[in-house]
Amino acid sequence: MFTKKILISVVSALSLTLVGNVSLALTLAEQKGLDISVEAKKRDIGWQDSTADMLMLLRNQQGQESIREIKMKSLEIHNDGDKSLTIFNKPRDVKGTAFLSFSHPVEADEQWLFLPALKRVKRISSRNKSGPFMGSEFAFEDLSSFEVEKYSYKFLAEEKLNNINMFKVEQYPVDENSGYTRRVVWLDTKEYRVHKIDFYDRKNSLLKTLSFTDYKQYLAKHWRADKQEMINHQNGKSTELQWSNYTFKTGLSDKDFNRNSLKRAR
Amino acid sequence: MLINKFKYKFTTLVLCLSSLSMQAFSASETANDIEFEVSGNVALEQRYFFKEGLYIQQLSHYQASVSVEPELYWQWNDGNDSVIFTPFYRFDGQDDRRSHGDIRELAYIHASDDWELRVGIRKEFWGVTEFQHLVDVINQTDSVEDFDGEDKLGQQMINLSLVKEWGIVDLFLLPGFRERTFAGSDGRLRAPIVVDENNVSYESSAGQQHLDFAVRWAHSLGDFDLGAYWFHGTNRDPYLTTSADSTEERLTSYSLMQHYSQMDQLGIDVQATLGDWLWKFESIYRDTSVEDFWATQAGFEYSFIGVFDSNLDLGLLMEHSWDSRGEVELGEQGSLFQNDLFLGARLALNDMQSSEFLMGISSDLDHNAFSFLIEASSRFGDNFTVSFDLRLLQSNEQSDLLYSLSRDDHAQLSVAYYF
Repeated sequence: MFTKKILISVVSALSLTLVGNVSLALTLAEQKGLDISVEAKKRDIGWQDSTADMLMLLRNQQGQESIREIKMKSLEIHNDGDKSLTIFNKPRDVKGTAFLSFSHPVEADEQWLFLPALKRVKRISSRNKSGPFMGSEFAFEDLSSFEVEKYSYKFLAEEKLNNINMFKVEQYPVDENSGYTRRVVWLDTKEYRVHKIDFYDRKNSLLKTLSFTDYKQYLAKHWRADKQEMINHQNGKSTELQWSNYTFKTGLSDKDFNRNSLKRAR
Repeated sequence: MLINKFKYKFTTLVLCLSSLSMQAFSASETANDIEFEVSGNVALEQRYFFKEGLYIQQLSHYQASVSVEPELYWQWNDGNDSVIFTPFYRFDGQDDRRSHGDIRELAYIHASDDWELRVGIRKEFWGVTEFQHLVDVINQTDSVEDFDGEDKLGQQMINLSLVKEWGIVDLFLLPGFRERTFAGSDGRLRAPIVVDENNVSYESSAGQQHLDFAVRWAHSLGDFDLGAYWFHGTNRDPYLTTSADSTEERLTSYSLMQHYSQMDQLGIDVQATLGDWLWKFESIYRDTSVEDFWATQAGFEYSFIGVFDSNLDLGLLMEHSWDSRGEVELGEQGSLFQNDLFLGARLALNDMQSSEFLMGISSDLDHNAFSFLIEASSRFGDNFTVSFDLRLLQSNEQSDLLYSLSRDDHAQLSVAYYF
């Protein structure tokens, strides 16, 4: 009985290593794709925590605009997904609404929403990855933190984009609730920063393109783009993100990411 | 009496508001340490009742009102200290009692690493279910606002919140009790007999000054969110009894007397978040000098993400409520929701305007009574929201409280401006 248990745990441990260290079964292109993403993630390790302001400009085909003003607080968690607190300031009818998320690379994220009118904290389902964030062209999954385990990879080519040398890597979401079959990502070969992502929908046709511009470096290490523009090719709408007031290592800790901090978030 | 006092205070307050908001901007520029912010909303509401009221004094068809709820907020010490002030006033054109003011919040909050102190008038919500908020007990219901029981009066409190590895513990001292608001004789959505605001009695000799106490533990364990509490103090639900109004000469003039007993209440709430399913359970045990009983509210919410290959989200809800007191005659103590089934559907368009539709049906399984509601809301521009509500209430049984509301089917349109 006991040995059987050990055997089972050995087998399951073995299968875990197999899944975890997929290199055994990877083709050269898959391995290179993975390596690039691992390197990109590695280069950004150590930011600890950050706060930033986000302005979201939603545009429809008729050129009508709508604004979302959001504050983000994030906490880096080693060996797990990050924690984040998203606080809404505009539109005014949702002012004071706040969103707390504990993301996990493979397991379901834990998410809570604070509704200021009722003063209610509500645990919500994190299955909604593909849905639009605040009516924008960004899906929830487009705004969640990048974790290597969320995709499998294939290196496509090295090519120039805007006169910069880029790795072109294909990423396949592991999560079956993702709205995409694949993403094609361009990262520059020098700093491993993402410059462009093409999103392919569930029918594998091109849905959206996200462009990153105005990169700035913080603490001589961490690159953040001040501007992100998402264009939806299928409905003609677009959403622009403008980031400002980036600060790192502000001293945030786990204590700033619980129910209480969610309720008083500003 | 109290409400009258509020009235004057608030008229002045509303008048001062515009000048205050002007100062707001200069304040944030001059004072480096204290950040100040003003926000809030002004809303116009128009109700239309399809039928004449069941009782002769009631308004006939139209009920118009305007409400204002500004929020003033100061913070310093990097946001670890803050003061919030949220007054509220509604002016109702038809029902005097519905013209009322309240301080929803006036509180100082200090946040430390693993504790938080909140002192003043505040609102505290507990619970997980949607159709009835059974375990929510701290604040008195502002029932003249709406009949869904979601509007609450501000409650004076000292609340110490302790953050532990094993959850958050909240200790509450609640000095001062708020009486429930009720519609006046002109108002619709009321019982056959009007509740007398001045004929109120308390079990406790301390009356409104009884010091209530509550302790609550809340924790998230993986997929489960748990809460449990003990409340000791004045029952928020008054016992209503008929009395001939002695101040009136006509004996035909009856009113309902409010009696607030003391109670001990234990409550638990659990939500399991399992993929697309949210499983919800709330239960209370209440012990008063008059009675003791159990009640539960339980159900689920299931979400379809991106239905019909679109951006639409559809949520389906089902809940059941139960009360150990069972069916009660009108005027006796008990719950309207003793064996009721609730079904709901929520459709979110996920568009730029955050448009949403909500539909709900509730049905009493012990006898023929049901209610049906539709809510639709959308944003216009950046600062306006418009919402439309339709509520249909039906009961064949005279003993049911819903019977007295059975001619109160109405539609409601409201436009709110947020600043």
